[in-house]
Amino acid sequence: MGQTIVEKILSVKSGRTCSAGELVVSDLDLMMGHDFNAAMTIQVFEELGARKVAYPEKTFFVFDHAVPAPNENYARIQQKVERFIKVQGVGFYPPGEGICHQLFPEKGHVKPGDVVIGTDSHTCTYGALNAFTTGIGSTDLAVALMSGKLWFKVPETIRVNFIGKLPKGVYSKDLILYAAKKLTVDGALYKCIEFGGPVIAALSLEERMTLTNMSVELGAKAGIMEADEKTITWLKERIDGDITPVFPDADAVYEAVYNFDVSELLPQIACPHAVDNVCDISDAAGTPVHSAFIGSCSNGRIADLRAAAKILEGKRVPKHIRLYIIPASREICLNAIEEGLVSIFLNAGAILEPPCCGPCGGICGGIPADDENMISTATRNFKGRAGNSKSNVYLASPAVVAASALTGVITDPMEGRNTR
Amino acid sequence: MRGFAHCYGDDINTDYIIAGKYRSICLDMKEMAVHVMEDLDPEFIKKVKPGDIIVAGKNFGCGSSREYAPKVIMEAGISLIIAPSFGRIFYRNSINSGLPLIECNTEGFHSGDELVVDLLEGNLQNLTQKTRVQFKKIPSFMMTIIQAGGMIGYIQKYGSIDVERIC
Repeated sequence: MGQTIVEKILSVKSGRTCSAGELVVSDLDLMMGHDFNAAMTIQVFEELGARKVAYPEKTFFVFDHAVPAPNENYARIQQKVERFIKVQGVGFYPPGEGICHQLFPEKGHVKPGDVVIGTDSHTCTYGALNAFTTGIGSTDLAVALMSGKLWFKVPETIRVNFIGKLPKGVYSKDLILYAAKKLTVDGALYKCIEFGGPVIAALSLEERMTLTNMSVELGAKAGIMEADEKTITWLKERIDGDITPVFPDADAVYEAVYNFDVSELLPQIACPHAVDNVCDISDAAGTPVHSAFIGSCSNGRIADLRAAAKILEGKRVPKHIRLYIIPASREICLNAIEEGLVSIFLNAGAILEPPCCGPCGGICGGIPADDENMISTATRNFKGRAGNSKSNVYLASPAVVAASALTGVITDPMEGRNTR
Repeated sequence: MRGFAHCYGDDINTDYIIAGKYRSICLDMKEMAVHVMEDLDPEFIKKVKPGDIIVAGKNFGCGSSREYAPKVIMEAGISLIIAPSFGRIFYRNSINSGLPLIECNTEGFHSGDELVVDLLEGNLQNLTQKTRVQFKKIPSFMMTIIQAGGMIGYIQKYGSIDVERIC
């Protein structure tokens, strides 16, 4: 019987041929903890009686949610985690380096066939690199730090193919919001989504990551993609050694296959307070917005910043609108400076913040006031997600967020496009 | 197990359970418990009695990986959650914390119903509605973790996650 990508990866890493529904204990190639969840991991690690991290070279801690520390509690949490990092000799990305989900692909820590865990639900991002990567909690990470292994139930796989040609001004964010609308927030619960089709092939690696990143918003355990020439070229700039792509078998068993023709897709908007509460932009246009956020592990990459800069260049955000722009990593920030994007943002009246999660974490970096609407490229729009349960978050692509920041209402940057 | 039901709808996410803005106090469960479910049901923490049961719609606990979501529910006194399905990270975090979860249809339950649950037999009695439901038993590997009081107790007892025991 043929295998899906995830069945193949978990077969290799668990040392026995497995298929969906089975429980396996898998070796791990990378283990990640961040901020508060890292602090809880350390607490559990100590309660377990563990002394030494089994594979410090495969272990990384990152501070990204509350950066720089906005109050003394966060400062203490970072202090506790940093002490552990020093004692254990594990990898560390300090505040300001960026968001974990940008850093691990960018720094070459993930390759095809890897199994990766992290204490953040959006750890599924690196599936765009043909790896099985998934979010877990603090106790699971503590156990993994002890042993270098973790148990998994091999997930069923749903294949989602995007076919046709993506229209101008429509982006990977629109694809995943559209998929969320079609599959709903639990449509892929406990499962893996394998993304494919010509539309994915035409996207850059950075754009693909927006799709795998938000797989968890459809309930998925992981999002994954095949590795193509683009993937290999992208990886070779970042890692040494062999790269062995993992492909699904032609007779792989999928729980479901969706073929979405997106040739006429319009920009999509996820309205409050659910990621699957999605409509075409024509149905949300004109809704007032008070703040706008471009960034996060979903859309804080250079392609996202370029798309926003194109719209903001030479323009000025009105004084009553706050526009927060946060590059997802130091490298992206440097590139944005070199390309002149940062000047465009600052001249447009944007607030530029250091690489971090920003308002998507709901702790710092631009929390909305009561009854305010924020339009955002963040990962989710749950009630209270941006730090105030009396505010509303609308999700959209960086281009739509930039255009809406300029007008103060949800705006299609290509107004006048042929809408159905 | 015996307790009174507190009923909620579908897709109750981790921000409803405990808002991300409280993360700075995540190592202090008592302080966090004051805010559990506050955006969904501000009276929750006042109403819950030790041993009570959350009965919810599908996809309970979807969203974040925050392990303090099940931990803060336990701190409030909840002994069990019943829902047709759960967010998968929340599911793992609950088992690891020693909080049992039952997957079954929850239509027809009302807040205040008195429930009696036998986890090992897989049956649930609603004494108030006079109904009885058979549910799929918690897989034995996970039941062993719950019986050990969570993953810490399990590792202390068995030393490691035994491949033979789960596969």
